[in-house]
Amino acid sequence: MNSLILTTATRFLTPLILALSVFILLRGHNEPGGGFIGGLLVAVAFALVEKAEGVEAARRAMRIEPLVLAGIGLGCCLAGGYWGGIVHGDFLRGIWPWYEEYGLPVGSILLFDLGVYLAVAGTVSAILFGLEEAGHAVAGRDD
Amino acid sequence: MPLPGGTTEMEIVLAILVGLLAASGAYMMMAGRLIAYLFGLIMISNAANIAIFAAGRLTYAEPPLVPDGEYTPMTEVANALPQALILTAIVIGFGLLSFALALVFRTYFELGTTRMDDMREAEPRNMGGNS
Amino acid sequence: MWRYLPPLLPFAAFLWFLPRVLPVARGETGEYVWSWVPGLGIDLAFWLDGLSLAFALLITGIGTICILYAGTYFAKDPRLPSLQIILLLFAFSMLGLVVADDAITFFVFWEATTITSYLLVGFDHESAKSRASALQALLVTSAGGLTLLIGLLLMGSVADTWRLSGMNAQGDLLRASPLYLWIFWLIALGAFTKSAQWPFQFWLPGAMAAPTPVSAYLHSATMVKAGVYMLARFTPALGGTDVWIWTLTLVGAFTMVQASIWALRQIDLKMMMAYTTVMALGALTMLLGQGSAMAVTAAMAFILVHAFYKAALFLGVGMIDKGAGTREYTQLGGLGRYMPITAIAIAIAALSMAGFPPMFGFIGKELIYGSLEDATWPWLIGGAALVANALMVVCAGVVAIRPFAGRRRIAPRAYTADPGWGLWIGPAILAGMGVLGGILAGRFEHFLVAPMVSAVTGSETGAHLALWHGINPALILSLVTFAIGIALYFLIDPIRKALIKADPKTPGTEDGYDWLLQALKDFAAWQTGIVQSGLMTRYLQTTFVLLGGLIWGAVYFGTPALPPLRFDLDLFEWAVVGIIVGSIVLVLLTPSRLTAIAGLGGVGGGTGVIFFLYGAIDVGMTQLFVEILVVVFITIAMVRLPRAGYIPFHRISAVIAVLFGLAITAAMLAVLGTPLDRRLTDFFEATSLAEAHGRNIVNVILVDFRALDTMGEVSVIVISGIAALAALWAGKERKA
Repeated sequence: MNSLILTTATRFLTPLILALSVFILLRGHNEPGGGFIGGLLVAVAFALVEKAEGVEAARRAMRIEPLVLAGIGLGCCLAGGYWGGIVHGDFLRGIWPWYEEYGLPVGSILLFDLGVYLAVAGTVSAILFGLEEAGHAVAGRDD
Repeated sequence: MPLPGGTTEMEIVLAILVGLLAASGAYMMMAGRLIAYLFGLIMISNAANIAIFAAGRLTYAEPPLVPDGEYTPMTEVANALPQALILTAIVIGFGLLSFALALVFRTYFELGTTRMDDMREAEPRNMGGNS
Repeated sequence: MWRYLPPLLPFAAFLWFLPRVLPVARGETGEYVWSWVPGLGIDLAFWLDGLSLAFALLITGIGTICILYAGTYFAKDPRLPSLQIILLLFAFSMLGLVVADDAITFFVFWEATTITSYLLVGFDHESAKSRASALQALLVTSAGGLTLLIGLLLMGSVADTWRLSGMNAQGDLLRASPLYLWIFWLIALGAFTKSAQWPFQFWLPGAMAAPTPVSAYLHSATMVKAGVYMLARFTPALGGTDVWIWTLTLVGAFTMVQASIWALRQIDLKMMMAYTTVMALGALTMLLGQGSAMAVTAAMAFILVHAFYKAALFLGVGMIDKGAGTREYTQLGGLGRYMPITAIAIAIAALSMAGFPPMFGFIGKELIYGSLEDATWPWLIGGAALVANALMVVCAGVVAIRPFAGRRRIAPRAYTADPGWGLWIGPAILAGMGVLGGILAGRFEHFLVAPMVSAVTGSETGAHLALWHGINPALILSLVTFAIGIALYFLIDPIRKALIKADPKTPGTEDGYDWLLQALKDFAAWQTGIVQSGLMTRYLQTTFVLLGGLIWGAVYFGTPALPPLRFDLDLFEWAVVGIIVGSIVLVLLTPSRLTAIAGLGGVGGGTGVIFFLYGAIDVGMTQLFVEILVVVFITIAMVRLPRAGYIPFHRISAVIAVLFGLAITAAMLAVLGTPLDRRLTDFFEATSLAEAHGRNIVNVILVDFRALDTMGEVSVIVISGIAALAALWAGKERKA
């Protein structure tokens, strides 16, 4: 798997894909995109790193335990929900305190979508790394 | 080309395609090999997604976006509801597949086989059964 | 001193209920309602009248005593906190049961007492006997709980209300209903199982595996009285019919006599108390079956009488056990000098049990004999009551005299003395209540018994509670009872031996329970052998046959609709469909895994193109990324897993698969033949920007309109990830 071209391309592509995923997350409210798609794209980026440089490198590149990331994501979803709940009395009610100040509606819904993004990204990456490591274990046993 | 009743020919074709996908998926799942089972699972997921999509009717229309400067979509746009359903269904189906894959791994690791009918740890041959 | 904290809770409740005696005695009732399931008319409704208040006082008062007693009894046992907590939960459930006014609320609390009592009876869960007894009690009472539920639902549908008070107000309607017999039997089964009536009486002696404080609480004053409580509660709604009178009278009388005879054969004092409890429950059922004002008065007074003396005796037997190390009276003797407080408390309670004046028990017994005046079949009831009461005198004598009088026998323990105040205060108070009830009979009647009777019959008490009514038939029967009882007391040892010799095992209906349980297990094993072949492919075939069958059923019974079948597609559409079909065939036929993965990619990619083609950009993107990840995942798996090899053709599976696919196509065509309901879509299109400030309608549905769904879906994904990792890592740990 250690192809020089793949490794080099990955170094170059990964930040690009990650930036793209954030962009897709943010534009999701008005254009095609959103948390699910963005999150999957993050996982694709790390799958690329994993294929090019191995699980260890991918884990290092992520800097944070992927399941923790997923947990933070769920927390963001909950926080987005409670935000509306506390301000308006309805759980998950949309709140936009900075509507259109930044060119897109910033508020509880965006926080919720960010949660989806992080949860999907974290979970899929976690399974990916887990599968690859378990694969090594199986292979190791067969040797 | 719209047909009477708001149905297009493509929907009819997709109905048949969904049946074919589901039948193939079911057959693969019943084949008795874990890997074939996974392939079948993927095909049935795809079948389900296409089924929901076609049931919400197909149009060559614009994606369901509200254009700038308008308050509602002025022209006819694709049905947004099934799209929202499928979008999460795809991701959930993927989660299910990952879990199934992890189980397959673990099963093979523990039992050393991918033949489903050889997996009788929970229900050994001498416990009832006729085979 | 944490163990003295739990009794304070029921005590606080007791203090809350106590002052309410005054308004209730004036005929006022309290109602407390919280909305629960308004759509179905189900409320958390509570009702405080004479009957529920008296029970509430017993439950909280005796609860305080028993939980305090448990705190001392198990002082050095690490399981004490859990015991006290379950006891509190039980007390709460029982309290809810007696004050509930809504049928569903009532049932929920009824089942809660079943479950908590299961935990309590099986408290000594390391003993197999204890577990078996707990399970037996659970199975019998919860089977009755199920019939009770059906009965309550039928009652609710006939009376058109869920309020027990409302049902009671419509007694004539219920009794005239064609469903009356069903309702009666279902409710009666619930009451008979809970209150240990024949033929379900066997679980109660079995439940004596419970620790002493539990038996004192559950099996004297509270849980076993729940069935009696319910019969009393439903007397206005269901009582007074022939089937009610005869069933309750005969079952109650039979249970009463049988249990009092079986009590004589017991050596273990606690078991003897258990059988006398069954006897008391039989007497109560019999009296409620009679339903006359006299009989109900007798029943209500006897509930109080029995609760006082039986709880005191159970607790007292526990003190004997604690002090002397055994409860078998044949091994006990001469303890009176060493345990004077225990001896006195038990003696007073036993006097009440035997029905000697001036005890409350005397009044209770007089009332039972008094109710013969307007009984349906006085000879039967009078005879049964006479036998049972005489044998009660014997049992009271055994428990009060045998352990304490005579010379001291060899007891397993060298050190024998009265236990601490935490143990004796409860029995002392309860025994004292027996005395008070006799002396202050008029007050007890005014504040407790009369409101109870009026809640059951709606009228005044049938007879006044007093120690002296002049010389009347009841008094003469009492004297006869004493004479027979005292005579038999001196013959107890030969009688016991004769009874045991006649049948070494306690006869009863328990065999029927065992047979039924075994039959159930055999049936389960038989049908498991048929349904569970152990072959996973067989299971999958069954699943797909059923699923296909369900869909075919829906198509067959649904609205017939078929769109016109025409197939002139554009070339591009044909191409996409062709790619997908080709890929399917590839996956099905190829023996190569790599080709199969490529085929799957074709199917997924083609699906994605269809999404893009018909205006589903978001879905198409999702499908594309997921497809990439699926291929990555599957590749990882394929590298490690062995080759699947060539899969042999399987005819049955193929037939099932084809029928399943046809079912799906047929269902799809039926859907396409019916017009599309666009109401939701129109709503989303109209409000996406206006209310949710988003132009991408799909995304707005996901994160705003249906955000709760999405939150659930995200949780599912995270959980599936955790589960997958758990499965993977478990293998890793095993290796390491």
